[in-house]
Amino acid sequence: MEMFIMGLTIFALAIFVGFEIITKIPPTLHTPLMSGSNAISGITVVGAVLSSGSQDTMTTTILGVLAVIFATINVVGGFMVTNRMLAMFKKKS
Amino acid sequence: MSALINIGYLVASVLFILGLKGLTHPRTAVRGNLLGAVGMLLAVLLTLTNQRIISYEWIILGLIIGGAIGAALAIKIEMTSMPELVAVFNGFGGIASVLVAGAALLENTLTAEVPVMQLTVAIAVSGLIGAVTFWGSLVAFGKLKGLIGDNAILFSGQQIINAILAVTVLALSCWVVVDPANGMAYWLLVGVASALGVLLVIPVGGADMPVVVALLNSYSGLAAAATGFVLSNNVLIITGSLVGASGLILTQIMCKAMNRSLTNVLFGVMAPVGDGGPSADDVYGGKVKSASPEEVALLFDAARRVSIIPGYGMAVSQAQHPVATLAALLESRGITVEYGVHPVAGRMPGHMNVLLAEADVPYEALRDMDETNLDIDQVDVALVIGANDVVNPMARTDPSSPIAGMPIIDVDKAKTVVIIKRSLSPGFAGIPNPLFALDNSLMLFGDGKKMVLDIIAALKEA
Repeated sequence: MEMFIMGLTIFALAIFVGFEIITKIPPTLHTPLMSGSNAISGITVVGAVLSSGSQDTMTTTILGVLAVIFATINVVGGFMVTNRMLAMFKKKS
Repeated sequence: MSALINIGYLVASVLFILGLKGLTHPRTAVRGNLLGAVGMLLAVLLTLTNQRIISYEWIILGLIIGGAIGAALAIKIEMTSMPELVAVFNGFGGIASVLVAGAALLENTLTAEVPVMQLTVAIAVSGLIGAVTFWGSLVAFGKLKGLIGDNAILFSGQQIINAILAVTVLALSCWVVVDPANGMAYWLLVGVASALGVLLVIPVGGADMPVVVALLNSYSGLAAAATGFVLSNNVLIITGSLVGASGLILTQIMCKAMNRSLTNVLFGVMAPVGDGGPSADDVYGGKVKSASPEEVALLFDAARRVSIIPGYGMAVSQAQHPVATLAALLESRGITVEYGVHPVAGRMPGHMNVLLAEADVPYEALRDMDETNLDIDQVDVALVIGANDVVNPMARTDPSSPIAGMPIIDVDKAKTVVIIKRSLSPGFAGIPNPLFALDNSLMLFGDGKKMVLDIIAALKEA
């Protein structure tokens, strides 16, 4: 239970940090913000790696590997496409 | 060792926060994105040292396949298709959460201990939000891509079905919590939540897409946070809630820009077109003036200040490059050119800005709605390209219209307005636009890209 309350505390505080940071963003950067934050939400890859590597059963391994694939598409694709967009914003300034 | 890993995760979380902070300014954005990527790499590398992992080949295979697909998508995608890509990436984050939570449930039943309730609750929430995100995003993708009708799909009894599904989802969640050893409950929950995800996005129409894409972005974050509770992993909780908060703020900004509440957008309730509303014939009858590209070129020649107002039509006709060329040509003749971007123009937050950036428009030239409205009366020519509802003065003047109170760009106050549009057909709101019939308005009927190119040709000839 203590672990859970700790997690909940962290969750609540991080939400506020998120609100504070993002309210200042200019509309010009809304799309890169979405794709960039989207890439970050691919952090589930951490859990996916654990599931696919611990090899408890065939099923968990398959679930894990599929999760690794989806999350990695999310992470790699997200960061790369954000970088591509931001490079376009940058070259003139 | 485990303490060391956790400190590493903390460093990764800090990198994510700094990365997001960087994304709030164009000058620091590239570095911000890189910081995020470094944080992610660190988190993955640390996880690979976890002692629970006994075999690496499957992990590496997954990383390679996922990485290759992600990279290919990111490199190949056209900037005009960015909304679809973001939608589908959101969905992949969601399905990953579903799978990880499913695996965690299974691992737990193997150890034969009775799992604590916090764990099963987290698993149920993970599966629920993840499935809604995945299927919702797929439907959004289909709509943006034009695979499913772009319009709101409404059928009778929709709200009732949604309510029944919502109750079923809650009941199944309770079942997962009470009887975690029963694997079927979880996958049933995922199935029903999937149907709910589809039905929640189906009724949302084209111009409301920015809200949905932002909301799904938020969900994908919340799904990751829920998975963090499943694994008792702080880096997932922190990151997920950051993304959840950011998506929520974007959603709020988008709703505000349309003067509609979130429930209103989500349930496809557009205020009905009042019976007293003017018909297209009343509004346009004999009053619409159409111009040729040559006449528009003459107008530009006499102008000193020009404001360009882009809308979704610019994306559809891929007109961003010709528009930028036109702006450069006008500037070379000493005319001031700026862009007025409405927050919900296009199909995702910031859609127009990305397209114009692709066409090398400096971001200093992009002005937001409020800035544009401040001195629009001093603009000689306002060029509206592919926008309709966001420049409809009825939002200001007619309290009974479905868009009443929606903030718009007041182009009708410019000295002359040129509207490039294929026809007089109504926009998403389904109402006529009195702007087209104003004395100071000129319609240039045709495809956005072709018309802009014609104006450029006419300017060069003159």
